[in-house]
Amino acid sequence: MRKIGLTASFLLVIVILFTGCAAHTPYDYFEYKQSRPASILVLPPVNESPDVKATYSLLSQISYPLAESGYYVFPVTLVDETFRQNGLNTPSDIHGVSYQKLREIFGANAALYVTITKYGTKYNILSSATIVSANAKLIDLKTEKLLWQGSATASSEEGNNQSGGLVGALVSAIVKQIASHVFDQSHQIAGITSQRLFSAGLPNGILYGQRSPRYGQD
Amino acid sequence: MVPGSLIHKDSLMVIKKSKQAVRSFLFIFGVLLLSSCAGGKPTLYQWERYQTHLYEYFVGEGIGPEDQIHRLEEDLQKIEAHGKIPPPGYHAHLGLLYSQAGKNDQFVAQLLSEKKNYPESSAYIDFLLKNRTNVK
Repeated sequence: MRKIGLTASFLLVIVILFTGCAAHTPYDYFEYKQSRPASILVLPPVNESPDVKATYSLLSQISYPLAESGYYVFPVTLVDETFRQNGLNTPSDIHGVSYQKLREIFGANAALYVTITKYGTKYNILSSATIVSANAKLIDLKTEKLLWQGSATASSEEGNNQSGGLVGALVSAIVKQIASHVFDQSHQIAGITSQRLFSAGLPNGILYGQRSPRYGQD
Repeated sequence: MVPGSLIHKDSLMVIKKSKQAVRSFLFIFGVLLLSSCAGGKPTLYQWERYQTHLYEYFVGEGIGPEDQIHRLEEDLQKIEAHGKIPPPGYHAHLGLLYSQAGKNDQFVAQLLSEKKNYPESSAYIDFLLKNRTNVK
């Protein structure tokens, strides 16, 4: 009887372990692989944070990870200007433009819709943290299908509790190092959020684009 | 002095030396780790300060288009000196600045460079050139 109880509890532990693994179901890349976009039109991010600088802080740092992942990224400043010339001045107005219209004007394969949910520093008595969080959707402008969606966060206080071990400590050191550079800290943290959200080769991240030597290998 | 103590002293020296070796090894290892994290990975493009230029364009107060053009041209020379092409959008952004500085021929030239390097931009560049008067 005791033996059965033991076996049962072992079984239970194993089942729990496995379900723990299964929680990280791999992302379904079916539509993405059908579409394989070569060019991405990055729209100015919608900003839900109180800081008005958030939209352009993040927008100016999305080209690097996407282009390094192998995509043609449309020139974000000129694209923004084109929208303005056509009377579209806010990100939410721009996000409302039809897929067909975007495809006509830009000839882009896909458009990236980004929303910033957190941007800025929260000052507490014991510690303050600068956090930037964002989520994104990649839409095929021809089939109008959702190809990928994801979210990412970066914080100035990462690794401070040492839970990340050596790697965590190193990331934290690098974050601190660049954070003390020219622009304000939120802008630097936004750069890390962008790297995490828009770099290929990360779990559940975007796939490599056609200009990358790793295209088609993921 | 007994021979024993001499040997002891020598072995102490050896331990000290090996400790130094371990320490310097750890230091080098740490530096290597850091350098691999800090962007030792080869990149597809030579970026220079492109994204900084973009941010300055969007929020930079008091930096006129002429100054921004100067910086971008300076970086472009560095990129071309390495025989590389600038990242996607670079020429187009430079073209936008030229158009804001009233230099329309340079605007067109930069857009054509963007299109030449990145045919993915063709439809958009053609749209811009056709509607040239709309972009200031």
